[in-house]
Amino acid sequence: MTSPDTAVSSAASERTKPHVPGELGIWCFVAGDLAVFTVFFVLIALGNGDQAQVFAQSRASLELWIGVLNTLLLLSGSWLVATAVERCRESVQSGSGPDARRAALQFALAILTGVLFVANKSLEWGIKIAHGITPATNDFFMYFFVFTGIHLFHVLIGLGVLIALRRVSRRERLDSKALRTIESGATFWHLVDLLWIVLFALFYLI
Amino acid sequence: MNETSSPSRLAVRPATIAWTLLMIATAIGWWFGETAQGGSGDVRLAIAGVLITAFAKVWLVGFQFMELRGAPRLLRHAFDAWVVIACTALIIICLR
Repeated sequence: MTSPDTAVSSAASERTKPHVPGELGIWCFVAGDLAVFTVFFVLIALGNGDQAQVFAQSRASLELWIGVLNTLLLLSGSWLVATAVERCRESVQSGSGPDARRAALQFALAILTGVLFVANKSLEWGIKIAHGITPATNDFFMYFFVFTGIHLFHVLIGLGVLIALRRVSRRERLDSKALRTIESGATFWHLVDLLWIVLFALFYLI
Repeated sequence: MNETSSPSRLAVRPATIAWTLLMIATAIGWWFGETAQGGSGDVRLAIAGVLITAFAKVWLVGFQFMELRGAPRLLRHAFDAWVVIACTALIIICLR
């Protein structure tokens, strides 16, 4: 039988041991997605150099506040998810329920940030299309609609993932298997945030 | 502040510090962007500033939110290497 002291020290060494958050498979997906988006980033940067005038004029017509607001929404969503994961972990370690219940609320708020992102993006695209600007307008807007569209698809999948995570976090008792699922889903949501940070810089700021 | 009794309630979580830094970095990136597009000041330096700020944010999201800080060295360093290589490549392409 394990003595309490041994249990405490093994829990402590467990925490200091290197730990891959979530399943290994999610990290393979992260690596693949990063590779694909790196190609997108390079294409935007190359276009920016080759068609400087077109890109500068097109960029100036974007609503910067929408891009900034979307950045703040995703960063805040990521923060909510990161702290929710910590609460779930604390709940698994302590075996108590309140931490997990607070985590469920944080997942719900993170879902709200994602929904607001989608609404904001739809508004932005709506304004552009109403002004006759489409992917066929020029290379800048072709990249803009296609790459932010692929990213938006990630956000929609991420919302589905967050809904599932909220459900898992509401379970009566969380175990390490449930925690692994939560960590995997959270990693995907952070990837969505990470990709947007670079897209925002390349489309709106440079 | 009592950090040992209840870290979840009393201590400022590292994730919250990271979120604050990300907000500040967003403001800095925005300011670099205004300079890059406004034409006043050094545009090339501002473009490099936008990209370095963006990838610093990316690194912080990976390190803190994706919990790479506690990940095995290979995974952590692979991510660090991607951040440095992608950022450097984009700066070179944008400033060529």
